[in-house]
Amino acid sequence: MTANEISPYLLLVLVGFLPNEIWRALGLVMASGLNEKSEIVMWARAVATAILAGVIAKLILFPSGELTSIPLAVRVFAAMCGFAAFLAVRRSLLAGVAVAEIVLLAGGYLLRV
Amino acid sequence: MPPSRTFDTQSAAFAAGLRAAWTSVFAMVMSGTYVGIGALAHDFGLSVWWLALSTVLVWAGPTQVILVSAIGTGASAFEVALAVTLSAMRLLPMVVALLPLLRRPGKGIADLLLPTHFTSVSMWIESLRLLPSMPRERRVAFCNGMSTGFMAVASVSGVVGYYLAAGLPTLLAGALLFLTPVSFLISTARNAHAMIDRLALLLGLIIGPVLVYFQVGLDIMWTGLSAGTIAYAVHRLRGAAA
Repeated sequence: MTANEISPYLLLVLVGFLPNEIWRALGLVMASGLNEKSEIVMWARAVATAILAGVIAKLILFPSGELTSIPLAVRVFAAMCGFAAFLAVRRSLLAGVAVAEIVLLAGGYLLRV
Repeated sequence: MPPSRTFDTQSAAFAAGLRAAWTSVFAMVMSGTYVGIGALAHDFGLSVWWLALSTVLVWAGPTQVILVSAIGTGASAFEVALAVTLSAMRLLPMVVALLPLLRRPGKGIADLLLPTHFTSVSMWIESLRLLPSMPRERRVAFCNGMSTGFMAVASVSGVVGYYLAAGLPTLLAGALLFLTPVSFLISTARNAHAMIDRLALLLGLIIGPVLVYFQVGLDIMWTGLSAGTIAYAVHRLRGAAA
């Protein structure tokens, strides 16, 4: 059975909502009785941060969709420029994101994407 | 650290949460990201209502990109569910790290149902940053307000992107998809004050691509467990040495 033979809304619940929400529900169960100073919460936070880092690296180095049309070197250089701008401009998220996007667009444009 | 804040009523805390969402850089980033996801849903022939409902029910940008692309390219229902659940694993440790900050004495699990569903990267990063300086009894209301604000921005932007899709040049569509990783990277670094957080971020950035390159299965889960555990162990050892 391919995904598009099922009603789209039923499909959304079965293959989108449920397999996603199960991890939140498990987290709710596992968090019960834990307080924020407990060691396991510290460890969970470190794991969550590391997972996030893995997701970030994957989205930049091995992207999907239209981002694949922009060369790898441009994507990495743009992210590095954004990070440098964040450090240079009072740890500003806005400055970092803006600089990264400008460098990405300029690089993509100059290389005629 | 943001200044500590108090609110007279729960609705004041909820309203402050809404404002915090709409005035944060994340609102802009999320808007751009969901314009990109909307365009993707349009190109893969999904309806605009389906897209809006997926934002409310799934509520995780990178997972929605996977969901829409997998359905659009005709994957089997099982393959789509598997791809979604692998991407969603990250929500588990995020919820475990967040809920203890929100729990109020005397309140049951029902109090935490909404924040649990609302847990996603942007909300998680902003909650860990803003909640500790707030009185405990107002945190759930603030967090629900902030999440509602983010969800409203995402839903509307998805619809806008859906109808813009045809006119969106490739380079611009790529730039919109770049917003997610670059804003996650910088905001995670901004939140990482403690050594354990910085180390987890750095190790994750290195170990993640190495595992993908060598085509290790469940790469994101192994990245999290290995890099997170090493960071935690170093933190414990330094604590013991001090």
